[in-house]
Amino acid sequence: MENFGYIVIVPFILLISFILIGLAGGRFKPSLSGIAGTFSVFVTTVISYITAFSYFSGAGLVNGVYQKIIPYNTEWLRFTDKLVINMGILLDPISVMMLVVISTVSLMVHIYSLGYMKGDSGYSRYFSFLSLFTFSMIGLVISTNIFETYIFWELVGVSSYLLIGHYYQKPSAVAASKKAFVVTRFADLGFLIGILILSNITGTFDYSILTDPNGPAIAQGSTIAFMGLSVMTWALILVFMGCAGKSAMFPLHIWLPDAMEGPTPVSALIHAATMVVAGVYLVARLFPLYALSAPAALHFIGYVGAFTSLFAAIIACTQTDIKRVLAFSTISQIGLMMLALGVSDYGGEKGLGYMSSMFHLFNHAMFKALLFLCAGSVIHAVHSNEMNGMGGLRKFMPVTHITFLVACLAIAGIPPFSGFFSKDEILVAAFEKDFVLFIVSMIIAGLTAFYMFRLYFSIFWNKNNEYKDSPHESPSSMAVPLMFLAFASLITGFIPFSKLVTADGAGFETHIHWGIAVPAVVIALAGILTAMALYKKESGLPQRITASLGSLYRLIYKKFYIDEIYLFITKKIIFNGISAPVAWFDRKVVDNTMNGIAAVTNFISVKIKSFQSGQLQQYAYVMVSGMIIIILFALYLWNK
Amino acid sequence: MDILILLILVPVLTVLAISISRTKEQIRMSAAVGMGIQLVQATYLVFAYLAERKNGNVDDMLFVRSWEWFKSFNIQFSIGVDGISVSLIALTAIVIFTGVLTSWKVDNLSKEFFISLIVLTTGVFGFFISLDLFSMFLFFELAVIPMYLLIGIWGSGPKEYAAMKLTLMLMGASAVLLLGILGLYVNSAAAPGGLMTFNIIDISRLNIPMEVQRIFFPLLFVGFGVLGALFPFHTWSPDGHSSAPTAVSMLHAGVLMKMGGYGCLRVAMYLMPGAANEMGWIFIVLTSISVVYGAFGAIVQKDLKYINAYSSVSHCGLVLFAILMSDKISANGAVLQMISHGLMTALFFALIGMIYERTHTRDIRFMGGLMKVIPFLGVAYMIAGLASLGLPGLSGFVAEMNVFVGAFQHSDTFHRIATIVVCSSIVITAVYILRVVATLLLGPIKNNDFNLIKDAVWFERATVIILIFAIAGIGMAPLWLSDFISRSLDPIILKLSMIK
Amino acid sequence: MIEGIQLEFFLVLGTLVFFIGIYGFLTRKNLITMLMSAELILNAVNINFVAFNKYLYPENLEGQFFALFIIAIAATEVAVAVSIIISLYRKIKSIDVEKVNELKY
Repeated sequence: MENFGYIVIVPFILLISFILIGLAGGRFKPSLSGIAGTFSVFVTTVISYITAFSYFSGAGLVNGVYQKIIPYNTEWLRFTDKLVINMGILLDPISVMMLVVISTVSLMVHIYSLGYMKGDSGYSRYFSFLSLFTFSMIGLVISTNIFETYIFWELVGVSSYLLIGHYYQKPSAVAASKKAFVVTRFADLGFLIGILILSNITGTFDYSILTDPNGPAIAQGSTIAFMGLSVMTWALILVFMGCAGKSAMFPLHIWLPDAMEGPTPVSALIHAATMVVAGVYLVARLFPLYALSAPAALHFIGYVGAFTSLFAAIIACTQTDIKRVLAFSTISQIGLMMLALGVSDYGGEKGLGYMSSMFHLFNHAMFKALLFLCAGSVIHAVHSNEMNGMGGLRKFMPVTHITFLVACLAIAGIPPFSGFFSKDEILVAAFEKDFVLFIVSMIIAGLTAFYMFRLYFSIFWNKNNEYKDSPHESPSSMAVPLMFLAFASLITGFIPFSKLVTADGAGFETHIHWGIAVPAVVIALAGILTAMALYKKESGLPQRITASLGSLYRLIYKKFYIDEIYLFITKKIIFNGISAPVAWFDRKVVDNTMNGIAAVTNFISVKIKSFQSGQLQQYAYVMVSGMIIIILFALYLWNK
Repeated sequence: MDILILLILVPVLTVLAISISRTKEQIRMSAAVGMGIQLVQATYLVFAYLAERKNGNVDDMLFVRSWEWFKSFNIQFSIGVDGISVSLIALTAIVIFTGVLTSWKVDNLSKEFFISLIVLTTGVFGFFISLDLFSMFLFFELAVIPMYLLIGIWGSGPKEYAAMKLTLMLMGASAVLLLGILGLYVNSAAAPGGLMTFNIIDISRLNIPMEVQRIFFPLLFVGFGVLGALFPFHTWSPDGHSSAPTAVSMLHAGVLMKMGGYGCLRVAMYLMPGAANEMGWIFIVLTSISVVYGAFGAIVQKDLKYINAYSSVSHCGLVLFAILMSDKISANGAVLQMISHGLMTALFFALIGMIYERTHTRDIRFMGGLMKVIPFLGVAYMIAGLASLGLPGLSGFVAEMNVFVGAFQHSDTFHRIATIVVCSSIVITAVYILRVVATLLLGPIKNNDFNLIKDAVWFERATVIILIFAIAGIGMAPLWLSDFISRSLDPIILKLSMIK
Repeated sequence: MIEGIQLEFFLVLGTLVFFIGIYGFLTRKNLITMLMSAELILNAVNINFVAFNKYLYPENLEGQFFALFIIAIAATEVAVAVSIIISLYRKIKSIDVEKVNELKY
């Protein structure tokens, strides 16, 4: 077996790059920080590719099963002999795959940002935070234990917070970053409690013990029931709460659309390709545990994923801000991945859902990053996010146009683009397990094609808008990543994923199921054609349709008022309902009790101070009478 | 000369040096040099302690020395340290050194200011090295009384009220404390009619009768708990902290509140484990309330110092909560939290002082966009905030995780629910920290006068860098400190677990 | 022993003088009169001391000594008290005790 120790360089170079750019960035020419950041990610990418190549080409393979390799593991914090937080590197098919995804997208985003962020006052800061994010994200996927994951989980959360709030003088960006952090933090509370329960049942944080199908953790399971479900199930549902927060599952999805306030390359990297799939990744990481000892939790995940996916796809059809459409599309696609995990079983071909989920994650990362970067390049050209202000851009921006089209075809699932292959596997997996979920995913496929092409046609076709300064194609530093990712979206579908990334490490054969693929493609085409009919030429038809839908349309356009509900909960209940009364209680009740004690003391002393009248004879009276009383008392005692 | 004696002697000599200094320059230089030496000594103590342990010394306490002080009552002046007190001494040394640096520009009665500040420090150092309840109490009082002058004279806002309130509450606490200590003392005879003692080590070898413990454990725990901001005896903290001058807030929240936690652990829990086990639940409820209540209280505050004071109530509540769990992991977490909170709250108060000097307001409603004009202080404030909300890589995370994991080792429902309640504070903390960061630092600049303010100068930078370095150091490589502390917890935990 | 005169006579005399002194001290407003009343109290004690000494422990002299002590102290007391009264008079032009209430809360 090959020694993969060299991967240790990856986190270190990124961390050093973060610290160096962060500390020294302001003192040098900004472009230097950009180059330094890009260079460190480039090294990361090279190492990741070498790792992936040697791992999948046989170094990780023993008897046809991909092994978990831990090339490096060091103790970071010890609670007890068994409960130890290690900092280490775990290589298995999904972590190697994620290494490739993160480094590729991150490198593309870095190169793209060199052009996109040019002239920004926070240029160095931006690249330093990008390094921090890439560091944390890579740390997250190569974690050897669940607590290490939690640590990096928080770190990606904070780097996401910092990057969303990049334009920190803009109040909406500040609010969005705060919202993202608090919502995910709330989800992380569930995650943390889940970890605590899990570690308590199994006595370990270590993935290699937790997810060993023959290991003690799964065999032992949990017999104690709490409200009808085993404690293990509860723990895993709580862990999934963390995943739902990061991966923007309903009802914790509200932060993701707002997170689009950040710079667009950040949205591409964090809120489309990498961080938001961390939840899917974590469920996949703990998959044996879910599948073998808490299938109920897995069902739950499948349904949450399906509901979120449908829900987000419906909202995406009504949004007009192009980044928000993409955000809801991301939520929807992640929901689909969760759905795929939910319909999967462990082992062999029964793990098709698992494999398709990972496959879709991989493809999605490429084409969704591409979509965001294209959107960024459009925004760069027309200085607006609003779809209504665009149109006819295909003439001005040919590269963006073609790459965007490729990405749309990929996400819509048209062969031979990558999305087709993974979506097909998901549909097959759903079909085999749960017919309801299968129907839902078919509907989602149609909706996805519709809203993506609605976006495509509104931006690049439709009316020919008059632009103040005519839009132009982006500089090559921005165009090259687009082309690279478009190329990736074209070919990644042909990777034999089922041989490489499976739940139990053993590969299996898959083939296209035409019986399902054909209807799916037909539905997607129907969606595209509808979009084409409505949006290719400027027409009043869309307005008439929305008008006829009336309040239903408004409900969807307002995202089912979920944000308002949250606002109500935070503002009215937490802020005015709990915190303000607590502060009042503290000032008025607790504090006044203490002041009251002081006041009583004071009151008594005021009352008795007139004893001290200054009248000498009064004192003498008291003294004499006291003396007499004492004497009488003494006499009484004497005579007794 | 004995290192521990030097720890008390150097502040005393510094006080002398300050009192004979003539110019302001001399006064603050002698304070800085004195506390610098103290910092070096504390570092030396850490290494001396490690070396001693490495040589195979397995005593509970190291560097133990004892002098007869008052023979007829068997009062001794006995000193000694273990991992817990050494780490708290190091914390104190760091905080006081940075505190002196932040007070560089105190012009009003600066001689008296530094004298009071350093007398206070003497009390703190003495408290942490004492092994004798009587001298411990003595140093406790020595630390509390200068606080009255420091807040009453150099404070701001309703300073007389705050000083009076703080001093009276802490004095009330020390009355209760004295009662508890005397209660332990009169029951400390090994055989009926034997010699009674104040020595902690001697008392820990005895088994105090349960009915005595039941009376005196609450007294001692509340007595120390008031200093550790135990609900509902925490109200001195918001007023006191907000009125105190910067260095005093730093020292008070950073170190003095830790004396409460240390006392609860070392005296109340260690010497009376039976009652701790039996009556712990009352205090677990109170501390759980502290944690959540403090955090909720912080959300709606408008004054930066009030926010921090409530946050201290919450964080120190976590210390006491962890101590009450009587589990080794969470006790370790408690000590880590004391150190971590000491550092980050000192950083917070230092930064608030610096910001206040520039903006002349602490009301966050009038501030905004400061990140643009004072990026150094802004970033530092953000780091302090992130440490406070428990970001991995900074010290708060390590401490909190130890507390939570340790508390979750109890398998009964009561402890579990308490733990989950306390865990929820990580979300509330995030809410108020991000709220204050967003209103204070981010967004557009609200007041045009702010465009003129300047970023940190050298002594401010030094303060901030030292503290951030310590916070990040603990956060990145926690194992070292955690091991350092955990061995010294063994005797305490052993005694607590023998009861069960 | 003084023929025909019993100890009780002295005690009655002492008591009378004592209570006359107490009465004077409590009722007179003039500081000088009050001082004189205080002297009466002291003398009442003196009478008792001497009488007890003579009648109960004639072989000892402690009672006599104490009486002498008290006389000496009474003398100094008068000196101090009168000087206080004089300076008071200079200050408030009065030696009425009710006017002297500076030392109150």
